[in-house]
Formats: sequence, C-alpha cells, structure tokens
Amino acid sequence: MLVLSGVAVIALGFLLRFNPLLVIVVAALVTGLAAGLDPLAVLARFGHAFNETRYVTAIYMVLPVIGLLERSGLQARARSLVAGLKGLTVGRLLAGYLLFRQLSAALGLNAVAGHAQTVRPLVAPMAEAAAEGQGATDTERVRALAAATDNIGLFFGEDIFIAIGSILLMKGVLDGYGIHIEPFHLSVWAIPTAIAAFLIHGVRLWLLDRGLARARVRAGASR
Amino acid sequence: MIGLGFVYLVAGSFFAACAILGAADRRWGNALFHALLAVSFFFGDRIGDVGNGVLVLALVAVATSGRMRRGEPVEPTSPQGPLLALALVIPAAALGGTLLFKQVPALVDPGQVTLVALAVGVLLALALCWLILRRTPVEGVRAGRRLLDEIGWAAVMPQLLASLGAVFALAGVGEVVGGLVGGAIPDGSVLGATIAYGLGMALFTVVMGNAFAAFPVMAAAVGIPLLVRHYGGDPAPVAAIGMLAGFCGTLLTPMAANFNIVPAALLELKDRYGVIRAQAATALPLLLFNILLLWWVIR
Repeated sequence: MLVLSGVAVIALGFLLRFNPLLVIVVAALVTGLAAGLDPLAVLARFGHAFNETRYVTAIYMVLPVIGLLERSGLQARARSLVAGLKGLTVGRLLAGYLLFRQLSAALGLNAVAGHAQTVRPLVAPMAEAAAEGQGATDTERVRALAAATDNIGLFFGEDIFIAIGSILLMKGVLDGYGIHIEPFHLSVWAIPTAIAAFLIHGVRLWLLDRGLARARVRAGASR
Repeated sequence: MIGLGFVYLVAGSFFAACAILGAADRRWGNALFHALLAVSFFFGDRIGDVGNGVLVLALVAVATSGRMRRGEPVEPTSPQGPLLALALVIPAAALGGTLLFKQVPALVDPGQVTLVALAVGVLLALALCWLILRRTPVEGVRAGRRLLDEIGWAAVMPQLLASLGAVFALAGVGEVVGGLVGGAIPDGSVLGATIAYGLGMALFTVVMGNAFAAFPVMAAAVGIPLLVRHYGGDPAPVAAIGMLAGFCGTLLTPMAANFNIVPAALLELKDRYGVIRAQAATALPLLLFNILLLWWVIR
C-alpha cells in the first residue's frame, strides 16, 4: 500500500498546481523510497528511462518548418481556404478530419497527422475560421476541440492496425498466460468501438453546429 | 544503418540551435533548458544512468526557477507561395517514407521507419522553403525556437511521465492497484467483474497516463482469471476492448501530457486542461459503450 504514496503526490501536486515537472520527480522519489529503494537507484532508474524515451520529445524537430510556414502566412492561407468553401461548417470540417485520422491510423499511418504537424498549422485555424463564419466568439474552445478530435481519431483508429504497439503488447501479455491469439483477431474487436467513437464525437460536432446556428438566429431576432 | 541516432542528431541540432539563439537574445533560462535537452540528445547514451538522472534534475531546476519566458509574438507576413503544399511535405514524407523504408531493412532500422521518415521530411521541407520561399533554415530555427518557447517546460513532461512509469513498475505499484480492484468485485456477477475491469483500466490509465501500463495489471487482476477463465469469455475481445476502455482514460488525464497538455500549450490555450475538457463528453459515453459491449460479448 505504501508504494501508492507516489500516486497521492501526483494527485495532490496537480490539484494544488505545483510545477508538474517537480511533482513528477518528487512522486518518483517518494514511490522509490516507499518501495525500499535507495535514492541513487531511483535516480538511476529514472535517468535510464528518460534516456530511453527521448523519441517522445524528438517530434519538436518539426517546429522550424511549422514556424517558418506560419511566418510566411500559412494560417491565413488555411483560413482563406475555408472561406472559399461554401457550406463548410466547423462540425463538418472536424468530422471529416476525424474520419481521415481514424482511417489513416487504421492503416498504421499515425505520424501522417498530429498536433504539431497538422492541428496547429492547418486544422485549428481552419476550424476557427469556419466557426467564426458561423458566428462563434469562443474560438479557444474550437481550438481545443480540434486537438481533441485529433486524439480521438488516433486512439480509436490505430488499434485496427495489426502491427501497432498496443496490439503487440496485448498479444505478448496473452502469450504469457498460454493464450495464443493472432493480432488480426484483436484488431477486429477494435472496429465496433471505432464506429461508436465516430458516432458519439460526430453527434457532439453536429450539436455544436446546431448550437451556433441557433445562437445566430437568436442574435438576429434580438437585433 | 539509419535509425534513432540520425533522428536524435536532427532533433538535438534543433535544440542546440535554439540554445544558441536564446543565449544571443539573452533569454538565459530558455537557453539553458534547450542546451540541457541538446546534451541529452547528443550524449545521452554516454553519460550513464545517474548522469541522465542528474540531467533531469537540472532540467526540473531550470523549469521551476521561473526564469523561462514565453515565446515572443510575431506578425506573419501576408501569404505568399505554395504554403499549403509545403505544409503537406512532412505528412507526405512520413507516409511515403514509412512505406518506402520498410522495403530497405538493411538501410533503415525497420523499427524506426516513421521517425526516420519524419526527420527526412523536416530536412526536405526546410530545403524546399529555402528554395521556394527564400527563407533560410536559420530563420526556420528562429521561428521554431519561438514555438518551442511557447510550449516551455511542458515539452519534456511526456518524457518525465514515461520515466515515472518505469519507477512505478520497479516499485510494484501495478500489483497493489490490481489487488485492490480484484478484491472489490462481488462474487458471481459477470456485470460486476466487467465494470471493475473496464473502469479499472480507465482509472489506472488516468493515474499512469498510459493504457499500456494499465493493461498487464488489469489483465492479471481481473481480465484473465475472472473474465476469461472463470466466465469463459473470448480472450480477444476481453483484451482489445479492455485496452480501448483504457484509451478513454487517456483522454481524461493530464498525465498523458503529450496528447492533452502539450497541445494546449501548442495551441496557446489559456486553460491548461482545455483539451481534456473538450474530450470528456466523448470519452465518458465511449467508456460506457466499451463496458456494455464487453459485457454483451461475455454473458
């Protein structure tokens, strides 16, 4: 039970809004000490894992390209693209992106899109432009929804691809119990949830469009 | 063979250049932070485990010093040139490279094709921007440095959380949580066991920030002994739908920083938890769907 004190440190630290990096390091130290490890061993384990997971941070190498294109006016160009498409609402745009992200992830093409590669330079400004065209004022929420749509599309598409890490992990764990399953059988069972994810998020996006349209009618009537 | 070494050289060079430009602009906190990142990417394999641990402590010290400043705003010029086409160079290179590099396993490490393709895409896109837009790679690094400063110390949070997961595993946190969940299930109830498994996957993922860490624990505590062995459930849906219940948890937690916290910084949201708030209304019904689907399959 004592080893759960690190989890408590995380929860409290995030709740009290301490710097998250500090909270994480303290939680690691507390957990290690509670498990009876000596502090230097915890530091070494933490350092080793940090070095092994550098690939997570390597994605920022795309920022020079994104920054350069933004300085050259990429976001304005993405907005004018939306303005030129009649009938494109923020809900339809994001639903289309959701479908694209699910399908490409289902083919194993996870890195084709992402927050740095596509959401910040393209999807978020396009969604904002579409929402503004529908009379939206809270564009912060639209940007957040663009990022959310990317995550949902990725998570509930990628498990349909048979060679993705999570499928291989499941196969490995089941093998350990003497249960042998082909990756294909695991990936098939990701399809119902993928469809449910598209429908649930799609309904939310449709409600967003409808809400914007109603607000506009009200604003028009009160004028 | 081209692999992670090449990727880390490209990324490390960007961080090193950010450090130099930051120092030139007298943004000392940011420059030191990026210099430490460059050291990690260039020399991480040579400084040993304790050396890397000390490097992490130094990164955290700089991050908590309050000396890191936000990126300074710049006004973009009016759009000129084939910007949308250039924006698609990196995604296209990731797509093409992933398919192409798999054919030459002797040249490119088969396990790292996507990251290598991304790095190649970045270099290609920078070269094309230079040729077509007449904007030099140095300008690119300067613009990228501003975006990286916008993300700030949150940039390394995903990597730190992954490392915390390693310490959790070493300390046996998973077994304790699995035992707690396993002990909370009423006897003889398929629905009760399914709810414990699905909710347990989601909750433990919220704590760990990663469904991968939760799966072996919940499989050992509930999935295999109860759902598969005791109630005779098909192991394929038990595993697959359990993992997807975990993904619903990933949408709800600041611990999954690369999906939930970094994008909030990257999109310059005022609310650090804005992306999680936008996801909750999809994640919770979907979690319910997963639990009901699994119950329907097993019963």
